[in-house]
Amino acid sequence: MSMKPRNTSERIVYYGMLSITYAILLVVVYIIADVVVGGIGTLSWEFLTEAPRKSGEEGGIWPVIVGTFYLVLGTIAFALPLGMAGAIYLSEYAKQGRMTRLIRLAIVTLAGIPSVVLGLFGLGLFVIFLGFGASILAGSMTLACMILPTIIVASEEALRAVPQSFREASLALGASKWETIWRNVLPYAVPGMMTGSILGIGRAAGETAPILLTAAAFFLPTLPQSVFDQCMALPYHLYILATQLPDIEKARPMQYGTALVLIIVVLGFNLTAIVIRSYFRRKYRW
Amino acid sequence: MTELSRQYWKARVIRYFFQSCAITSILIVVLVFLFLGRESLPFIQKFGLSELFNPVWQPVSFEDEQFGMLALISGSLLVTFLATLIAVPFGVISAIYIAEMASPVEREIWKPVIEMLAGIPSVVLGFFGLVVVAPLVKEVFHLSSGLNALTGALLLALMAIPTIITISEDAIRNVPNSYKEASYSLGASKLQTIWKVTVPAALSGIVAAVMLGIGRVVGETMAVMMVTGNAAIISFSPTESVRTMTATVAAEMGEVPFGSDHYHALFVIGIVLLLMTFALNMVAQRVLKKYRIG
Repeated sequence: MSMKPRNTSERIVYYGMLSITYAILLVVVYIIADVVVGGIGTLSWEFLTEAPRKSGEEGGIWPVIVGTFYLVLGTIAFALPLGMAGAIYLSEYAKQGRMTRLIRLAIVTLAGIPSVVLGLFGLGLFVIFLGFGASILAGSMTLACMILPTIIVASEEALRAVPQSFREASLALGASKWETIWRNVLPYAVPGMMTGSILGIGRAAGETAPILLTAAAFFLPTLPQSVFDQCMALPYHLYILATQLPDIEKARPMQYGTALVLIIVVLGFNLTAIVIRSYFRRKYRW
Repeated sequence: MTELSRQYWKARVIRYFFQSCAITSILIVVLVFLFLGRESLPFIQKFGLSELFNPVWQPVSFEDEQFGMLALISGSLLVTFLATLIAVPFGVISAIYIAEMASPVEREIWKPVIEMLAGIPSVVLGFFGLVVVAPLVKEVFHLSSGLNALTGALLLALMAIPTIITISEDAIRNVPNSYKEASYSLGASKLQTIWKVTVPAALSGIVAAVMLGIGRVVGETMAVMMVTGNAAIISFSPTESVRTMTATVAAEMGEVPFGSDHYHALFVIGIVLLLMTFALNMVAQRVLKKYRIG
C-alpha cells in the first residue's frame, strides 16, 4: 500500500501529523541540549570531588554523588533479588488462579501509586513505625517498593521469551524443575531481566519525592557512616539549589552542573540498558 | 529420609521461596493502604470528611487552622485537565504516526527517544521549566510571573506523552490487518483507512492509554511543585498560580510536627491521591485486558 498522500488535503494532514510527531523529538533534544550546554562549563574535577560551600552556591557535589550512589546500591539490594524471584515464580511456577491474579493486580496497583504517596508510606512504615529514622535504609526500601513492579514485569517478559523447548529438553533428561530453571532458562533470560531492571534503577536514581520524606538532607557535614544515616542526593540537591536559595540566579552554574550530572547518571543507566538489549538481541536468536 | 522424599521437599521449599517473593508485592500494597489509613484516621475522626470540601487550606495559623482540601483538589484537577488537553493530541497523533506511517528506520529512532523522555527525572524537567518555560510563558501571555498552572501543565504533558504514545501504539498495532485490507480493497487511501478504520478500532486502547497518562500526571510531584507557584486558592484560570495535592504533601511534610493535625491532614491528602490513581488504573487495566493490549 502506498504511503504517499493522494491529494492536497491528504498531504496537509500527513505533514501535519509528521510535524506534531517531530515537535516532540525537538523538545526532547532541546531539553537535553539546554542542560548539557548550561552544565558543561561547571563540570570539573573540583566540582565532582569537593563538598558544597556557601549553601551550595560554590564548591562541588561529591557528597551528593556519594549519597545517590548509596541509595541506588540499597535499592538494588532490596528490589533486584525480590523482583527477579517474583518474576521466576510468575513465569515458571504460577498457575492460573486467584493467588496469581491477586499478585498481578498488586503489581499493577503498585506501579500506579504516585511516588509522593510511596514517600508518605515509607515515612509511616520505615522511618517512624520500624524506627529506622530518616536514613539511607528507609530511602532505599521506599525506592525499592517503587521500582519493584518494573523489575518484575520486565523479568517475567524475559523469562517467557525463552522457548518452551529449552525447558522440555532439560526435563526430559531427568533434571529437576529448579535445575532446569537454573541451567536452561535463567542464562538466556538474564540479559533481558537486566535490561528492564536497569531502566527501573535509573528511575530510582532520579526520583525525588520518595527520598524527600525518608532519606534526603540538603547539607551534611560528613559523609554517611552507616545505613541509618541520612544522605544527600542529586535530585534533592537540585531541587533545593533551584528553589530554596536566597540568591537563585547566583547558583545557576551549580544548578546546571547538578542537573547535568543527574541526567548523565539516569540516561547512562538507560543507555547501558539499550546497549545490553541490542547486543544480546543479536547474540541470541531462536 | 529417602532420596525421593528429600527431593520432593527440596522442590517444595524452592517453590515456596519464589512464591513468597511474588506475594511480597501484595504485602506492600496492603501495607501502603494500611499505613496511609492508619495515619489519616485521627484527622477524619476529629474533623470528619466534610473538611475535604472546605475551600480554605491554612494549616499554620495562631487562631484558626483550617485544612480544607478543596483548593488543593481543584488545583490538581486544573493542572491535570490542562496537561491532558495538551498531551492527548500530541501523544495520540504521534502514536498513529509511529505505528502506521513511520518507516522502519524512523521507528528504531523513536523507541529510545520516548525512553529518554520518560527517563528525564521530574526534578530536571521542573528545573528546565523554572529556567526556560516559565519565563517564556510570562513573556507570551504578558504576566507578572510565569509560575502558574499553564507552565505546570506543559511540563506534565511532557511526562504523560511517553505513556500515551507507548500504549496507544500497542493498541493501534493490535488492530487486525484484515480490517485495513478490507478498507484498502474498497479503494480507501492510507490516510482514510487510518482515521476511519484503524483508529476507531483501537479507540478503547487509546482511551486506556490516556487514562494511564492522566494517572501519572495526577501523581506527579516535583515538577509541579517547582513551577506552579503554590498558591492555595481555587482558580479556573490557566495563568493563575495553583497548588496541587502532591506539592502540598511534599512541601509541607518536612516541616510539620509529628502527630499534629497538620501531619495527619497530609496523610489524608495522600490517601485521596492514592484512591484517585487507583481508580484510574483499575479502569484502564480493565479496558486493556478486555482488548488484550500490552
